[in-house]
Amino acid sequence: MPEALRSQDEPGQERDEAALIRRIRDGEHNLFYDLIRPYERRVYSATLAILRNQADAEDSAQEAMLKAFRHIRQFRAEARFSTWLIQIAVNEARMRRRKEHAELIEPIAARRDEEGNYTPRDFADWREIPSEALERKEIREKLAEALASLGEIYREVFMLRDMQHLSIEETALALGISVASVKTRLLRARLMLRDLLAPGLGGAWNSTMPLGKGTKPW
Amino acid sequence: MVVNCETVWREISNYLDGEIDPILRAAVEEHVRGCKHCTAVLEGTRNVVQLYGDDRMLEVPLGFGHRLHQRLEDNMHPTRRGFFGWMVAAAAAVLVAGSFEVARSASPRRSGLRTAHAQPGRHVPPDMMVLVYLDGKTFHAAGCPYILDKANVKTIAAKEAEQEGYVPCVRCMKKYLSESAALGSALLPTRS
Repeated sequence: MPEALRSQDEPGQERDEAALIRRIRDGEHNLFYDLIRPYERRVYSATLAILRNQADAEDSAQEAMLKAFRHIRQFRAEARFSTWLIQIAVNEARMRRRKEHAELIEPIAARRDEEGNYTPRDFADWREIPSEALERKEIREKLAEALASLGEIYREVFMLRDMQHLSIEETALALGISVASVKTRLLRARLMLRDLLAPGLGGAWNSTMPLGKGTKPW
Repeated sequence: MVVNCETVWREISNYLDGEIDPILRAAVEEHVRGCKHCTAVLEGTRNVVQLYGDDRMLEVPLGFGHRLHQRLEDNMHPTRRGFFGWMVAAAAAVLVAGSFEVARSASPRRSGLRTAHAQPGRHVPPDMMVLVYLDGKTFHAAGCPYILDKANVKTIAAKEAEQEGYVPCVRCMKKYLSESAALGSALLPTRS
């Protein structure tokens, strides 16, 4: 888990955040910038995972932040502020997607797969992709492409759990689904991504990168 | 406890997240040690979680923070912006009004005159009796040739005529006109 995220779980950090929220509620509105700054990227990635379009994702992220500000008095300390904020972002992005009627096809196909078992492909030459490869923009883009190719219900869960590092329960809360559904979808998302990232076996990278059979771009 | 490949695949997420019963964990590990396919699946899935969990995967577009800050600013302080807008509008109105006033004061005074084109007189003896039409614009000296309808003229003091907006006739009251008005009067006949 990244250091920045881990530190938010520390008691001191939580107290600071609670104090910030109290002061914002008392009228120090400019402090809202300080409150949301650590979560800007997470909110954006949440909306991007749902909308898959940078412009829409940015606009939705901004809307989500504004809503959080307007409804800061409704925030209850039972949940972490970050979870509450992500929940707003998810709802905002979903609402926008509904307006654009983009959900008509994808969820049907995605949900049909959820019921059955998933058999991961057998790669004889699987080798670990080192973290250093993430320094290369094209690698990050390929990972993003693979994620974007997943069905929405898997993408949402994976993004919140494995990229935003929410707990299983927080992910369920943010998406409004059961813990069991989170676990099922998360397993499927991870296995599908693993298959998509393996070149040479019909993975997403194979069709777009000039690679020889069995070679990897890292 | 012995588990098969399907069970391993089903439990891989729980295994990686540490949310698995210790007995089942041991069985999974035992199976993976002897199964090349399950080893590849486990390591590949672990690799996926590790890669996507990296902060570098959470990129935002250039200028994202600035644009967000700007939008929040615009919405958090609408009254401040509104007040500022009103202040700008008020300042502009004052400037416009001031420029009109300056322009007006820089030119001969015309307000209150019955005609925008005529010029007010200068040094007209206030007690001098002059003739005016009720619906006319100029006042005349007695005997002025431009008084055609003598039945409808009335006689008043020059001071009173000026107060009512009448201006000197460019013919009979020429000597009381400003230089520019007098020059113009040489070319333009006036009607009462």
